Amino acid sequence: MDAASQQTAADPMLPQIARVRRRRRDGPQVVTLELEAPRSPAFRPGQFNMLTVFGVGEVPISLSGDADDRDRLLHTVRAVGPVSQALSRLDRGDVVGLRGPFGVGWPIETAAGMDVVIVAGGLGLAPLRPALYGLFATRKRYGKIALLYGTRSPGDILFRRELESWRRRLDVDIEVTVDHAATDWHGHVGVVPKLVPRADFDPLHAIAFVCGPEVMMRFTIAALREAGIDDESIYLSMERNMKCAIGLCGHCQFGPVFVCRDGPVFRYNRVRDLLAVKEL
Amino acid sequence: MPDADVVVLTPDALQHILSALRARGYALVGPTIRDGAIVYDDIEATSDLPCGWTDEQNPASYRLVKRSDCAYFGYAVGPQSWKQFLHPPRQLLWQATRSGDEVEIEASPPVDKPFAFIGVRACELNAIAIQDRVLRVGSHIDPHYAKRRAGNFIVAVNCGTAGGTCFCVSMQTGPAARDGFDIALTEIVGHGEHRLLAEAGSEAGREMLAQVPSRAATDDDLTAGDAVLSETAAAMGREMAADGVRELLLGNLDHPRWDDVAARCLACGNCTMVCPTCFCTSTEDASDLAGVQTSRTRRWDSCFTLDFSYLHGGSVRSGTSSRYRQWMTHKLATWHDQFGTSGCVGCGRCITWCPVGIDITEEVRAIADSEPG
Amino acid sequence: MEIEGLQRIVSEHPFFAGLEEGFCGLVCGCARNVRFEAGQYLLREGEPADEFYLIRHGRVALEINDPARGNLTFMTLAEGDIVGLSWLIPPYRWTFDAKAVELTRAIGIDARCLRQKCEDDHHLGYELMKRVMPSLLARLHETRLQMLDVYGGQG
Repeated sequence: MDAASQQTAADPMLPQIARVRRRRRDGPQVVTLELEAPRSPAFRPGQFNMLTVFGVGEVPISLSGDADDRDRLLHTVRAVGPVSQALSRLDRGDVVGLRGPFGVGWPIETAAGMDVVIVAGGLGLAPLRPALYGLFATRKRYGKIALLYGTRSPGDILFRRELESWRRRLDVDIEVTVDHAATDWHGHVGVVPKLVPRADFDPLHAIAFVCGPEVMMRFTIAALREAGIDDESIYLSMERNMKCAIGLCGHCQFGPVFVCRDGPVFRYNRVRDLLAVKEL
Repeated sequence: MPDADVVVLTPDALQHILSALRARGYALVGPTIRDGAIVYDDIEATSDLPCGWTDEQNPASYRLVKRSDCAYFGYAVGPQSWKQFLHPPRQLLWQATRSGDEVEIEASPPVDKPFAFIGVRACELNAIAIQDRVLRVGSHIDPHYAKRRAGNFIVAVNCGTAGGTCFCVSMQTGPAARDGFDIALTEIVGHGEHRLLAEAGSEAGREMLAQVPSRAATDDDLTAGDAVLSETAAAMGREMAADGVRELLLGNLDHPRWDDVAARCLACGNCTMVCPTCFCTSTEDASDLAGVQTSRTRRWDSCFTLDFSYLHGGSVRSGTSSRYRQWMTHKLATWHDQFGTSGCVGCGRCITWCPVGIDITEEVRAIADSEPG
Repeated sequence: MEIEGLQRIVSEHPFFAGLEEGFCGLVCGCARNVRFEAGQYLLREGEPADEFYLIRHGRVALEINDPARGNLTFMTLAEGDIVGLSWLIPPYRWTFDAKAVELTRAIGIDARCLRQKCEDDHHLGYELMKRVMPSLLARLHETRLQMLDVYGGQG
């Protein structure tokens, strides 16, 4: 076991010191921080880190960069509470505490030989971006790849330049939709599930990765099932209140599973019945 | 298990054990009376024990009553459990100091003295084993719990009195202490005599018993000891229909009973505080005014608080109904999925200390009775 | 355009999938092939709902004008979708604007003509209802989801 893992194993609640190397505004109230954390182990797409702003608090933030690029740890933060707001105000050179990576990530290896349908809603595109990088890195292994992305309005589109550059690739199908728009938007307007029937994939040989607000995921999954994808081939990323990220504080329980440790990525058939229970 | 190595101690011999433990550097913790209850606290001698007192427990009611004898352990369980020492209500995790643009973190210092727990009940032994499974086994362990648990010397007590809210028999967690102890005592008091049957449960226990004055147990002693246990077992305050309770609850997540209990439940969280297996915690960050010294503390939390499931501007479990359901289904059902056993040891504290007297065994029965067939 | 060509286009459109040849013929009697350039309006709020459209190819934005915010697009429709449902119900007036976002080809159907034929033959009417209702319900469901503003994220 290397030194970093040893220390984490010794006290998984002790953060390591990380520094902000770069800061980039990715949308209204959305900031991507590039952190330098020399002792952080490699992460898998779909995992997250716990970031501490000293004196303020700690929150889970998805890793949104390329998992193969060990030097650049990107974290996309939306400023909604005191800690995330403090994170989004950090500048180059500032210090944060970092614990992680935690959680079960996207099953990219399972997608080999299959069509891949990636459906992102709002900030859900952040934890899916590493999966896309992973798929593109070994593009030949997969069949058709479709990215369906929905957000509130054109101004809320994340990673716009990157989406445009992906669009220029000829081997991926990208559809973006918004809930409402001004007349200068010539793209889709409507909810994400509506994009599913028109997407190009073979439902009998497809795997789907879904991430976004729970309502959006529920109806997107309904559309995917209606299109013929089976429950064992759909994966979603759940979110719950987290304090420790190591399955010991009890906060992130969702029925019998701990989202931090058994998830956040779950195969749909495992949580299908849980999703149907209100206030679980 | 009663075996040939059972010896009989006098109260003086028990004092010897306490003194020996203190001399060896243990932090001695045992039952004592404070604020009208029998609590676990630092003790020094047998004179600190609640000699001659018992507890009368019912839903939403606890009172101390004088016994006619001078039993040391003639009560059931108090409001707290050993959890307050092994998994304390507040635990400093780390402190950080900023100097310039550097920050240095220091983990909190370890505990200095190992604990010796005196008077641990069978249900509590099970509770400790359950928390061992939760906090010390798995891909991430809690190093604070592990440190506090290391080197414990446990003197267990077979219950001579069943509490009004006890149901360890139906949970199969007592009243006999089976394992997890160094020494197990069975107190026999009455007719002018006071003896404690003692059996070792470990090498450390054997070695300790060898050093104190005792005599071998006779058949008479053993019979008397068995009688104490069977009387206790027969006098349980209540019963949990434990068979199939996991399937019963998981199959009734939309049962109207949850709303029924929610109308009574204050969401005060007492049950989670007194429960010996509840382990949920939260973290709190603090800072001095200059932002130079910061720290993080872990504290007990309860799934009954509105904040517990806070997410994106609201709580997932916004009503008392879903929060009560969370507590009860975790304790009796999903605990099995997560840790392979029930989370409940039948100690009855949640019933006694609930201000409105909600009884978990009654809630289970209400749902079970409403099932067809 | 030849009647056979139009008949083929109508029968091949997903909206009329499974429609009996006889009924198809009836519908064709009210149909014509149309084309809208990018930026052209198919219909406007308040105008009589005289002709509705079945998109064959392209994209149409449904808009409502707000004096302070200009034209707001609340939905886009594409190949296979029906544009305009108010032709079915009195007062037969459009409740929004529909604009072609890109070159759009569609089948235009004379609403008065079709309504009359449905009155004359209720079986035709029922076949039409069976096809209109799913679009209506889907649109209602999608609109509800949009209303929930799930990406809101404000506190």
